[in-house]
Amino acid sequence: MTPASKVSRRNFLKGSTALVVGFGATGLVARFGLAPSRSAAQGFNGAPSNQLDSWVAIAADGKVTAYTGKCELGHGLLTAQTQLIAEELSVPFNRVTLLQCDTGLTPDQGTTSGAQSHPTNFNQANLAMAGATAREILLQRAATQLNLPAAQLVLRDGIISSRSDASKQVSYGQLIAGAKFGVALNTNAARKPQPEWTILGKPVPRIEVPAIVTGQFEYVHNVRVPGMLHGQVVRPPFVGATLERVDEDSVKGMPGFVKVVVKKNFVGVVAEKPWQAIQAANRLTVTWTRGPALPGYSNFHDYLKNQKATRDTFTVNTNDVDEKLAGAAKVIKATYRYPYQMHGSFASSCGVADVQGERATIWSATQAVYPLRDSAATVLGLRAENVHIVFRMASGCYGCNGADTVSYDAALLSQSVGKPVRVQLSRKDEMAWENYGYAFVIEERAGLDAAGNIVTWDHEAWSPVMGGRPGGNAPGNVVTGMLAGFEPAAFAARSPAPDPTNFGNNSNAAPSYVTGCVGTRCGGTGKVASQRVLTHNIRSPFFTGPLRSPERLQNTFAHESFIDEIAASIKADPVEYRLKHLADPRMTRVVREAAALAKWEARPSPRPGNSRTGAVRGRGISCVLYEGNNGYCAAVADVEVNQSTGMIVLKNVYIANDCGPISNPVGLANHLEGGAMQGLTLALLEEVTWDGEKVTSIDWKTYRTLYFGVETPSIHLKLINAEGRAMGAGETAVTVIPAAIANAVFDATGVRLRQVPFTPERVRAALAAR
Amino acid sequence: MSVFNLRVNGQSHRVDVDADTPLLYVLSDDLALRGPKFGCGLGQCGSCTVIIKGEAVRSCMTPISTVASSEITTLEGLGTIQKPHPIQQAFIDEQAVQCGFCINGVIMTAKAYLDRNPRASDTQIQQAMSGVLCRCGTHTRMMRALQKYARGGR
Repeated sequence: MTPASKVSRRNFLKGSTALVVGFGATGLVARFGLAPSRSAAQGFNGAPSNQLDSWVAIAADGKVTAYTGKCELGHGLLTAQTQLIAEELSVPFNRVTLLQCDTGLTPDQGTTSGAQSHPTNFNQANLAMAGATAREILLQRAATQLNLPAAQLVLRDGIISSRSDASKQVSYGQLIAGAKFGVALNTNAARKPQPEWTILGKPVPRIEVPAIVTGQFEYVHNVRVPGMLHGQVVRPPFVGATLERVDEDSVKGMPGFVKVVVKKNFVGVVAEKPWQAIQAANRLTVTWTRGPALPGYSNFHDYLKNQKATRDTFTVNTNDVDEKLAGAAKVIKATYRYPYQMHGSFASSCGVADVQGERATIWSATQAVYPLRDSAATVLGLRAENVHIVFRMASGCYGCNGADTVSYDAALLSQSVGKPVRVQLSRKDEMAWENYGYAFVIEERAGLDAAGNIVTWDHEAWSPVMGGRPGGNAPGNVVTGMLAGFEPAAFAARSPAPDPTNFGNNSNAAPSYVTGCVGTRCGGTGKVASQRVLTHNIRSPFFTGPLRSPERLQNTFAHESFIDEIAASIKADPVEYRLKHLADPRMTRVVREAAALAKWEARPSPRPGNSRTGAVRGRGISCVLYEGNNGYCAAVADVEVNQSTGMIVLKNVYIANDCGPISNPVGLANHLEGGAMQGLTLALLEEVTWDGEKVTSIDWKTYRTLYFGVETPSIHLKLINAEGRAMGAGETAVTVIPAAIANAVFDATGVRLRQVPFTPERVRAALAAR
Repeated sequence: MSVFNLRVNGQSHRVDVDADTPLLYVLSDDLALRGPKFGCGLGQCGSCTVIIKGEAVRSCMTPISTVASSEITTLEGLGTIQKPHPIQQAFIDEQAVQCGFCINGVIMTAKAYLDRNPRASDTQIQQAMSGVLCRCGTHTRMMRALQKYARGGR
């Protein structure tokens, strides 16, 4: 080691130690029981993200620190990414510390969402290439130091040695010793081939689990900063209400009361303790002016179809659909309805902010630390580089829940009092104002030839949108930003839709059974050549945003129910009929594998011989290639329908999944099981309701979901460990479950459920109309 | 403000809080414990559950003044990362966690029930858990962990 590198390493570690201590409310030790020496880190301003030093550092003791912008959300990603680095660097798993999602430390990887983490960090880019590049550099340096050709060297447990003489060796720590690599990621660096994996691909237990089950894990809710106060917000009582007056005297003198904070329509209180803040918020007298009346709840789907200002998009349009429908031997039609649904995070959202003058630090469960840095800077009127976002996990978010909005809440209150403030939303404030998953009306039509083959597919959908992820500079896309005076992203009407220029699948608006041809390029998975897929967006009265499998679930519910209806209309087996119209071999494989797992009996639905009374069984299938390129999945649902009560019980679910090379089979299984259960609760129970002026789904009694105590399905998995590109696994299973259940109910009863959720009332009404 | 002497996980604490403050806020804020959590504040989800006199109690709905003389056990009081309680070990073994925020309610509710009903059947365990919520869909794995613990993990 040269004297120069000693100096640079000393400065490096000195700076990094200060950095980590300065950031952590409680630090790494408390988070994972890690020793502080494991947190060797990089400089605050870092190198640009194509620089290896932004991703990997190796200390003199050989310990590896890696940095990722894709965060753990309860899905095992931290562990899987740690496996990836350990594998690529040939070091034991427990020698790697992965630091995640911190604008002062980690690469800007945008948002952790959309099942994009696996494809982004496990293919030929980003974190995977950081590991591969670092190994390549280490190998080159070892070759020089040992005076041997690289081809004669082997890497094991952080030691590089001669193949023929193990005494000739050097450790990573000796080669790097905390210094910077000083090179760019090499996108051509060789990845370790999948058959040689010993850590990646293995069922490594999740890092956080022991801390979680013993009550030691630090969620964002547990972040405590010295001198921290507690805030509570006062949201408007009605959608669209504006603030008239706040009577601060109504809370003055209450125990622990600190301040009432008002900014345009944003109102909050700060107190010394959380219970005091809640009491003050409850007592604060606020006068609001009502907003315009909300569209009716009971006829909302008709309302959607009747709006004039729409934003229209063609995913595909071969301009021959009307002609093919007119010439078809048979035309099948159906309309499907989907409600607004909630993320309904188990914990109401929480954020902690410390805004001091021109600088701010926010501890947040956001999926997007860099975008939140920029939008929080806008809200606070600060420069983005002076805002520091530190990710801490919350409860499962399933998409754009209240994490960003509560970060603004805490930041605004902290800015006003000049002290750190923690805010955890009330259950009602979480539920009444979150960015709901999209409601939908979908009309499907298909033309069949005389043999029953689909010759044209026509899909037209209507869906309301407002706001969404706040992104880099749209804080008004979530409620706090809007209340504080920022508008949601403008709704840009556009009708008629322009011709498509590129096939994009458009969140599975295109069914799996069409060719997806735009011009001469075809991106679909099916064989039906004549196709039209048209979506109308309408401005939503409520905030909307991505909820696990956004639009993809709704579209897939319609498509996979409809293909089943078509198959039934010509008395075809639902599996065989799907296969007949699918062209993609991997899609075909998951359908076959799921059917085989379920011991599928080839026959048309409904099931012959089922009684029209009492409990009856049925099975249904559904499949998807998520977003047209990001994970194959098929599921068979085996249900029992009680025809007296209208209750549906999912007895078994059989899932075949192909997301490319499996990084951690336990993590994948947990993800698919969770997806199946979330699909179940979304399909059977969940629906946002409202009256003329406000949302009425405000707690777990008014927004029903799946408690323990109900009979839960046995979940059977076929994990296909395919070669090639890593794809997403987070949103495949949830996408296919609602249609699989609806198809199984049809198989059991002959009744078609076209509106989610399949409540007992709806099932009974459908059975009575049979 | 009133002074209360609390016994939590075998240790004594003296806190000065409003008498109507729910126990949860004292545990999670004054004592900085991470086991009991605020999920709904309405007694609907179970995440704030602690064990008092062998009963699973929802601390978000329990004023501090009513429990100040009792021994209170939280998730931290069962076991540690180095030496987890067998019920915690069962969750580690089954990897029965996604986000894990509901785990406190699941483990503490099940622990109180199984301590009183050591021979409970799977169906009885399921019923005993009926007021507990999970949103990640970890139900089947968590039930498997509880059954494993009930059948002799203890």
